Amino acid sequence: MSSSPVPQGGGHRADARGGPLLEVDHVVVQFGGVTAVNEACFTADPGTVTGLIGPNGAGKTTCFNVISGLQRPTRGKVRFQGKDVTSMPVHRRSKRGMGRTFQRLEAFGSLSVRDNVRVAADIHRGVLTGLLPGGGRGKDIDALLERVGIAAYAQERADSIPTGTARLLELARCLAGDPKLLLLDEPSSGLDETETDAFGDLLRDLASEGRAILMVEHDMDLVMAVCDTIHVLDFGSIIASGEPAAIRRDPAVQKAYLGYSDEDDEDHTATDLPAVSDETLVIPAVREGAEA
Amino acid sequence: MSSFLAFTIFGLVSGAAYAIAASGLVLTYSTTRVFNIAHGALGMLLSFVFWDFSVRQGMPTPLALALVLLVVAPAIGWFLQRFVARDLGDAPVSVSLVVTVAILVATLGLAQQVWPPEARSVQPFFAGTSFEMFGFFITAHQVLTIVLSFVVAIGLYALLNRTRIGTAMRASVDNPELLKLFGGQPERVAALSWAIGTSLAALAGVLLVSTIGLDYYALLLLVINAFAAAILGRLKNLPLTFVGAMSLGLLTSYASGYLPTEGLLNSVRNVVPALFLFAVIVAMPQAQLRIGQVKGIVAAPLPSPFKALGWSGALLLGVMLLASGMSEANLLLVGTAATYAIVMLSMVLLTGYGGHVSLAQITFVGVGALAYIKVDQPNLLGVLMAGLVAAGVGALVALPVIRLTGLYLALATLAFAVIMDKMIFQAGFAFGFNGSLNAERLSILTFQVETTGAYVWVMALFFVVMGLGLLVVRAGPLGRMLVALRDSPAACGTLGLDQRWFRVGLFAVSAGMAGVAGALYAGLRGTVGAAEFQFFGSFTLLLMAVVFGVTSVTGAALGGIGLMMLPVLQADYPGIAGLFFVVIAVGAILLARDPNGLANQLFRLGNMLDRRYGTRVRERIPVLPVPGGSIGGMREIARAEHDANAHADHTLDTVGLGGAPGPEGTDGRKETAGVQ
Repeated sequence: MSSSPVPQGGGHRADARGGPLLEVDHVVVQFGGVTAVNEACFTADPGTVTGLIGPNGAGKTTCFNVISGLQRPTRGKVRFQGKDVTSMPVHRRSKRGMGRTFQRLEAFGSLSVRDNVRVAADIHRGVLTGLLPGGGRGKDIDALLERVGIAAYAQERADSIPTGTARLLELARCLAGDPKLLLLDEPSSGLDETETDAFGDLLRDLASEGRAILMVEHDMDLVMAVCDTIHVLDFGSIIASGEPAAIRRDPAVQKAYLGYSDEDDEDHTATDLPAVSDETLVIPAVREGAEA
Repeated sequence: MSSFLAFTIFGLVSGAAYAIAASGLVLTYSTTRVFNIAHGALGMLLSFVFWDFSVRQGMPTPLALALVLLVVAPAIGWFLQRFVARDLGDAPVSVSLVVTVAILVATLGLAQQVWPPEARSVQPFFAGTSFEMFGFFITAHQVLTIVLSFVVAIGLYALLNRTRIGTAMRASVDNPELLKLFGGQPERVAALSWAIGTSLAALAGVLLVSTIGLDYYALLLLVINAFAAAILGRLKNLPLTFVGAMSLGLLTSYASGYLPTEGLLNSVRNVVPALFLFAVIVAMPQAQLRIGQVKGIVAAPLPSPFKALGWSGALLLGVMLLASGMSEANLLLVGTAATYAIVMLSMVLLTGYGGHVSLAQITFVGVGALAYIKVDQPNLLGVLMAGLVAAGVGALVALPVIRLTGLYLALATLAFAVIMDKMIFQAGFAFGFNGSLNAERLSILTFQVETTGAYVWVMALFFVVMGLGLLVVRAGPLGRMLVALRDSPAACGTLGLDQRWFRVGLFAVSAGMAGVAGALYAGLRGTVGAAEFQFFGSFTLLLMAVVFGVTSVTGAALGGIGLMMLPVLQADYPGIAGLFFVVIAVGAILLARDPNGLANQLFRLGNMLDRRYGTRVRERIPVLPVPGGSIGGMREIARAEHDANAHADHTLDTVGLGGAPGPEGTDGRKETAGVQ
């Protein structure tokens, strides 16, 4: 029915099997005169956790919006399972196996936590089949709530639970659709240390089921602990990509985050330091896996 | 050829007036994000004020004009922004639109109250003066209109781009909170833009009124012209708005000049702006799903299945008892109330559960009535067909608009209502001009419902069945989806819900329910005509629904009775007929932010009485056996009710009935109007 995925532009491994599940290919997003995302290229592979980090305003959430279909890119392509989905509507991307959470919470505030997940399960089954009795089986839903660790809140209204819990709820809601790709936008903010550790384990667990996880996150300890690959965005451009250890040492990253480069400075896990020297802008982007 | 030139000039003159009105609309919308559907109505009211000053009181025209444009209009605009439309910018469209519809209805009521119907006329400015141009005469009034439209356009451009306050206005569009941090005063900016906007509505009205006459309703529709022009510029681009207004003026003029004066095409001239509006909307690009939507609007708690069945039985019994001893005329009133109540059920689904606003529900009632008569099957099949036809028409209206935001849907329904009212319903194949059609009462399974009393009871039965059906839907998966979609469209999209079809379906079902009401109404009255389905009826319907509670079946029942009473009261007290509109409008404004309406206050009262006296009463009555197995979705309701009531109790606690007020302070508004 669908045409076989044909590799485009030579160098991309666009095969649905073995290739990256998600490919962001030279995506540019401009809002008026402002370039929010500039030629961003990265991939997410099944079974791995990929981190997308960068100072505030670097374009991380805009990237998520482009991938999930809430924002049409000015230029560039998004490929999912080898298929170009750049102009595909949001809901059809979801049907193909994309799930996402939001930085600004989008829980269904007037439904209970349990019903939030139940709705997601119903939608996943399809609006019409969702009408048949027995929809959104209670056991599965409770198991999901248990898995992300919010079973205690099942009967609470979603707009009355703490932020961290609501983020976990959004994750549970995603998982009700059994997505192949999870886009998590700052999932751990609002969680305390213990909860964050448990959350890290959950992420690894989800990845081990063969899902690709792409995560925007400010908690550097978490990012360094769970990510297989990290991409660093600054002013819309990817300035570094690589394994956690390499990223930590990368001078360009240190400049972007701290405004200076210092090999010894390991303790700085600064999150909100957008102070950037002008030189950052001219540092050539280091890209991986996307160059022809 | 010369006639073509004449129509062109006439078109440009009307276009100039539309441009003035449209720029006022753009100004208020773009600075406060509140679409003032009463824009044309305010122009109408202020034209009456102008007439009062210049004709009745005999003031010199320039003085009267200056008073209206520089004092009265800005004062009204300022007042409305300050005390009525404040903080509506972030509110869901079902709240902001209801408030401005209320302003519209209040304005109309006020005008009718202060200036009761009589023949009035306003002379054009510089009457008698005209210039010869290319062989014909163009009046000074026409020249003035065109000149003023340019003055307004240039003035607004200069204001927005060359002055400090203009910069503040543009800044407040993007982020009023941020503007405040930088020392700007978004409140003052908003009030100013409403003052100017209202003044421009007044100017457009005063310029038009010498041609179209002082009429309550004609100028009301100016908002459609203005809106049609304004959306060409996406409600923010003033030059494009100007172009849109001029094109619309020309189209209207050519239509009135060249369309045949008989048949269906004749009536097209009355609806050119509405058709233009539809055309522009269809051409608009898809709206992006927005993140950061309104959350946590609470619907009234669901009743338990037994409670719902109990009240249904009580209602049916009550209607039966009523019907046995009532006069024919009063029975017709009860039947009318039942019709309205069923229509309000359709709004509970669309607005109360779904968060969308339709300004054409009465029109769908008309479609249903017409279909019932034309199908000529006075039985359940005929009623079903009427519902299906209305649903189909509803889907057709919603389809081109559904990709856009709720505001566009609502205004498209208004345009649709006007087209049906002025064109289709009056056509020969429908009710006919000033005509009416006969309808037969339905028979149910070969049992002919003869008497009006029995028929009214059947209507009550329809209400009960549809109301219970609605509750079952609300408690089930579909109901949860509706709430989810209202809370966060973006999240629903990323979970895989195709919102367009879902919304088309929702809109169609709602229209279908209104159509069923229309079929029953036709059977009740025996003869129905186009006059019973005029577009304005949908306004009062919406306001009544909101006042009595658009989120509950009880609210629909009460609203139906209220709407039926309105013309009765107006007939009984003709001296204050207009005031009734004002009262309802004020009620709607006060209650718009709490869509649960009066019905919810009743629920609270009931709960309070139950707490105080319930146990004592129950101790004195023997225990009734609990009925056995529950029906179908009823168990679902019971569960959902349990969830919902957990919060309802919470609300009750915070209200502090007999106790201290809760942390939210006042009446649980936090839950109902939690705009974030």
